[in-house]
Amino acid sequence: MDAFTKLTGVAAPLPMANVDTDKIIPARFLKTIKRTGLGVHLFDTLRYDAEGQERPEFVLNQGPYRKAEILIAHENFGCGSSREHAPWALLDFGIRCVIAPDFADIFHNNVFKNGILPIRLSREICDQLMEDAKQGDNARITIDLAEQVVVRPNGEKIPFEIDPFRKHLLLNGLDDIGQTLQHAPSIDSYESKQQAEKSWMPGISV
Amino acid sequence: MAETKPRTLFDKVWDAHVVEQLPDGTCVLYIDRHLVHEVTSPQAFEGLRLAGRKVRRPDATIAVADHNIPTMGRANGIQEEDSRIQVETLERNVVEFGVPYFPILSPQQGIVHIIGPEQGISLPGMTIVCGDSHTSTHGAMGSLAFGIGTSEVEHVLATQTLLQKPAKNMLVKVEGTLGAGCTAKDIVLAIIGKIGTAGGTGHVIEFAGSAIRALDMAGRMTVCNMSIEAGARAGMIAPDQTTFDYVRGKPYAPKGEALDRAIAWWSTLPADPGAHYDTVVELDAAAIAPMVTWGTNPEAVVPVTATVPNPADEQDEAKRAQLARMVEYMGLTPGQKITDLKIDVVFIGSCTNGRIEDVRAAAAVAKGRKVAPGVRAMIVPGSGIVKQQAEAEGLDRILIDAGFEWREPGCSMCLGMNPDKLTPGQRCASTSNRNFEGRQGPGGRTHLVSPAMAAAAAVSGHLADVRELA
Ligand code: SF4
Repeated sequence: MDAFTKLTGVAAPLPMANVDTDKIIPARFLKTIKRTGLGVHLFDTLRYDAEGQERPEFVLNQGPYRKAEILIAHENFGCGSSREHAPWALLDFGIRCVIAPDFADIFHNNVFKNGILPIRLSREICDQLMEDAKQGDNARITIDLAEQVVVRPNGEKIPFEIDPFRKHLLLNGLDDIGQTLQHAPSIDSYESKQQAEKSWMPGISV
Repeated sequence: MAETKPRTLFDKVWDAHVVEQLPDGTCVLYIDRHLVHEVTSPQAFEGLRLAGRKVRRPDATIAVADHNIPTMGRANGIQEEDSRIQVETLERNVVEFGVPYFPILSPQQGIVHIIGPEQGISLPGMTIVCGDSHTSTHGAMGSLAFGIGTSEVEHVLATQTLLQKPAKNMLVKVEGTLGAGCTAKDIVLAIIGKIGTAGGTGHVIEFAGSAIRALDMAGRMTVCNMSIEAGARAGMIAPDQTTFDYVRGKPYAPKGEALDRAIAWWSTLPADPGAHYDTVVELDAAAIAPMVTWGTNPEAVVPVTATVPNPADEQDEAKRAQLARMVEYMGLTPGQKITDLKIDVVFIGSCTNGRIEDVRAAAAVAKGRKVAPGVRAMIVPGSGIVKQQAEAEGLDRILIDAGFEWREPGCSMCLGMNPDKLTPGQRCASTSNRNFEGRQGPGGRTHLVSPAMAAAAAVSGHLADVRELA
């Protein structure tokens, strides 16, 4: 996973609530066995018509937003399925940060594992950022994870909250599994205790 | 652990699985059961391979292919190349990593959330995860069961744990008796209509109250299955005699004296008196009618007796725009009666409603009737065991005689990854759990209903109130 420290880039405004994972990446594109290559199908139904032609009215098909690295949306972003293909598609397109009033839980977990930073800010602030984002290339937004601030094009700094453990992993690009394996002795002793106390619990074999 | 504070069901199952608590409150949480399917696991196994890691507890893991597989003519193999590659990849991975697997042609194969409880692999008091959001289904057993992403699948395969922070507790109490023709599906749709698709975010919902207690395990699974549609991390129902009776005799469940010891522990799991819930929601079961979703998220739900809402009545501008978009996508007219909506397709199945009880409910309505002309009605059992049982009861004959297609088990038209898809503009009465745009096929229009209501729609040719067919 790539570390996330500081990012300055174009933000794409997506003023929609309940953007579900089927919208982010429809199920028909989940038949891959790789993590990469999904960017062209990001928001497929919103982005392309039935003939596969770009819909010019969709934000990611417009000039500067083709290179957007930040996405700004409304409530309950990422609801629906647990598919990590959703963050993979975002990442493959180039999105490293999503800003919304709130996120669905599993999606929120998944983006962190892929070096994408989800930022929760009030609806009011999201709407201000949405206005900034509409300026396209002329209004780049900066995300400073170490400082925990979003910097608007006018220089205003907006602080945001983040779980300290997740911040640490993101800043250093650390792999969760490696972290957890440092606790292997505790896992071993938990298992021995469980085998003694819950000996009724059968193992699975076919 | 010397806990004195009264605890909820969630608190107890959580506490019993904390391996270690890190300074910031994140816990290393032990996972008892890991269910694996073909769509969300290839990249996880690949990650293990690249890092030279093993599966820590193959004996706590079970794999099955369900999302992609055809529901007809399966013995001839999978025609679609990308689907076949995904299934073959799973089959190679389970061999390489020594993970138990139910092959596609075995009767144990089925939708991952159907087979877990059915095989006695999912048991009360366990932590259960799967790379699939509807893992919440298994919470009906009184377990803590939730969906995870592929990175977490890899994490569990490698460590048998997850890094998690505890969720908040929400209690949803449904008291009273359901009216005739109303089912667990209608309960959960009514709950989502009340609290909204984000109402449960950050919470684990415990479903309680006399109407929940009165449900059989199949109904409880339907309710917990859709907790995720209310945004909750998981749904749970306290284990009781109904649960214990269900578990007894299941292939992988403990037997004899071991089962007695298990039940002794499971009996301690229900919430202590005075346990604290962050949020409490109450519903009256008697006030619940058969429900139908009209829009493109499960919160857009109304009783079958209602009409299509008018977006113009909504005060909030953003919401009004969203409602208008739903009305347009669904091809509706505000004020139109729900029962006037003609349907093209009926889908009965999925992890929400693909159990034997659901097939029976559909057959009870279909018996002696015919699928309306122009309607394609399909029924997809949730597992090979469900299919066998239904055939032993003669339900397949009833349904086939009525004009339904009787298919092989899998996810099928719940998400349209296999050839079972809606075509643009088709309207479907579906017993699945998501009515998102394009969920059942690009441009498809989904109305979520119970199995009895789906069968009623099939024989009527339009959405219909099952109570009027009786
Ligand atoms: S039946 Fe539908 S919701 Fe359930 S696991 Fe399969 S695709 Fe997911």
